[in-house]
Amino acid sequence: MILAVASGKGGTGKTSVAVSLALAAAGAGRPVRLLDCDVEAPNAALFLPVELTESRAAGLLVPEVDMAACTLCGRCAEVCAYGAISVAGKQVLLFSELCHGCGSCTRQCPAGAITERLRVIGSVEAGRAGAIEFAQGRLTLGEAMATPIISQLKAWRLAAPPETLVILDAPPGAACPVIETLRGADFVLLVTEPTPFGRHDLEQADRLAREILGLPAGVVVNRDLPGDDTVDAYCREADLPVLARIPLDRRVAEAYAAGRPLHDALPDGPDRFAALLARIEAAVTT
Amino acid sequence: MKRLVVLSGKGGTGKTTVAAALAQLAAGERRLVLVDADVDAANLGLLLDPREREVTDFVGAETAAIDAGACTACGLCAEACRFEAIAVSGGAYRVDPVACEGCRACLYVCPEAAIAMAPQLSGRRYRSDTRLGPLFHAHLLPGQENSGKLVTALRRDAEAWAERERPDVMLVDGPPGIGCPVIAAASGADLALLVTEPTPAAVHDFRRILGTLEHFGIPALACVNKADLNAERREEIRAECAARGVALLGDIPYDEAAVDAVRAGRPVTDAAAPRLAAALAGIWRALVPHLDA
Repeated sequence: MILAVASGKGGTGKTSVAVSLALAAAGAGRPVRLLDCDVEAPNAALFLPVELTESRAAGLLVPEVDMAACTLCGRCAEVCAYGAISVAGKQVLLFSELCHGCGSCTRQCPAGAITERLRVIGSVEAGRAGAIEFAQGRLTLGEAMATPIISQLKAWRLAAPPETLVILDAPPGAACPVIETLRGADFVLLVTEPTPFGRHDLEQADRLAREILGLPAGVVVNRDLPGDDTVDAYCREADLPVLARIPLDRRVAEAYAAGRPLHDALPDGPDRFAALLARIEAAVTT
Repeated sequence: MKRLVVLSGKGGTGKTTVAAALAQLAAGERRLVLVDADVDAANLGLLLDPREREVTDFVGAETAAIDAGACTACGLCAEACRFEAIAVSGGAYRVDPVACEGCRACLYVCPEAAIAMAPQLSGRRYRSDTRLGPLFHAHLLPGQENSGKLVTALRRDAEAWAERERPDVMLVDGPPGIGCPVIAAASGADLALLVTEPTPAAVHDFRRILGTLEHFGIPALACVNKADLNAERREEIRAECAARGVALLGDIPYDEAAVDAVRAGRPVTDAAAPRLAAALAGIWRALVPHLDA
């Protein structure tokens, strides 16, 4: 099963929940793999005794022009949808940071003057944290495009034996990096908090998961505090199951600040996350 | 006009709470224009009771569509697509508009000219009035590409307004992360105020956003939310700021009154949250000399 943990709003506890589910699965002797797909802010490894053993450069295929063969015809600039290549006088100008690596300029060049090279924009790394197989991507500082690193991370480490639980820790938001993470998942666990912010951003993420990608989803209400019904009302109306609640508690926040995920910070953490995992599996199989 | 962008690296550290409180404190002294640049999760408006004045559709990217009548199922389009956006089922090729990046590679290789591009509505941009000044905000339709482009369009709207109305400060509530929408939100800023927390994840991402801002040459200031949760990590942040020449403007305590303020739909400076209001007032006083510099 591939389980994605997403949220819309940042800082709701996605990573802590994803790590906690991995710990619960490993604790039950189940093969589990955790992929940290939040390549802009990869934090899962901070909660686990991760030992990275492999690393690869990640990036995009960008054009390189052989000026001896180039006829300055301008076809490359014409086909580029991103303004990443242009012909000025007797020069071809490349704006590599705008290039999406689609390959059209290379394919369409009538003189065959364009080849491709890898422009490195980050890395993907893999290793273990005890019984948990672990992998993550990291975007290089100053680079804009997170999505290619996520797709390379998934291409490298998503395929697993069917009995393995694969957990994808998604970035916040509801745009392209989240889509890239969620594609191919069997279930999306949406972590939110019971405030108008949480509710607003939950709706965005829920629409992405269920309406647009057609994936089943459920909710974890983190930092739960009575007195605001907005998230619960949304879940009732949208027929979105609430699978777990985690109370707002300064002691939990302090444990998190000391580097402990919810699994270890809550007194009944192992039981809670084992129960959550069982609920998710039940929702996927029905 | 000074442009101040509020960023954090890690999400949920309190960017919007800080931005709304600073807007409230600044509005007494200066003319403001506000921008909510977190278009994936636009929350600043939820604290400012905005009244919509202008709505503009945002057409971000084009997506490809295959004319089934003209398609001979040769498969060249799927071969050319590097974004896994063209799938075949039952012999019919179809574009997944969510995966399509609008690159046109398929269109160029199709021998039957069976592929056309169509513009896609990606979101909406709004200009609203609030009691603190105009708010430029946006709604990205879930699953759309180009949140960076939408942020750029929103910034341009706010710049055009500022050109006419000459406010003193443009306050931009930024998105989490360090990638494309963050770069779009921060580009051209005079100052970035970073909101971090004394937690391993927030400190890790604080370093990443600091490195990103250094790359673009944008000076950074910092404040620490929930500062009393962990003394050791609080010290780590102080040392990091000192080493990088980043002014630490102040601490905000852990206080559940922050939740009540969000639930009441108000900035903490305008709610029953005296400790938070005092902390933010201190941060604002420390910020003023940097804005005036």
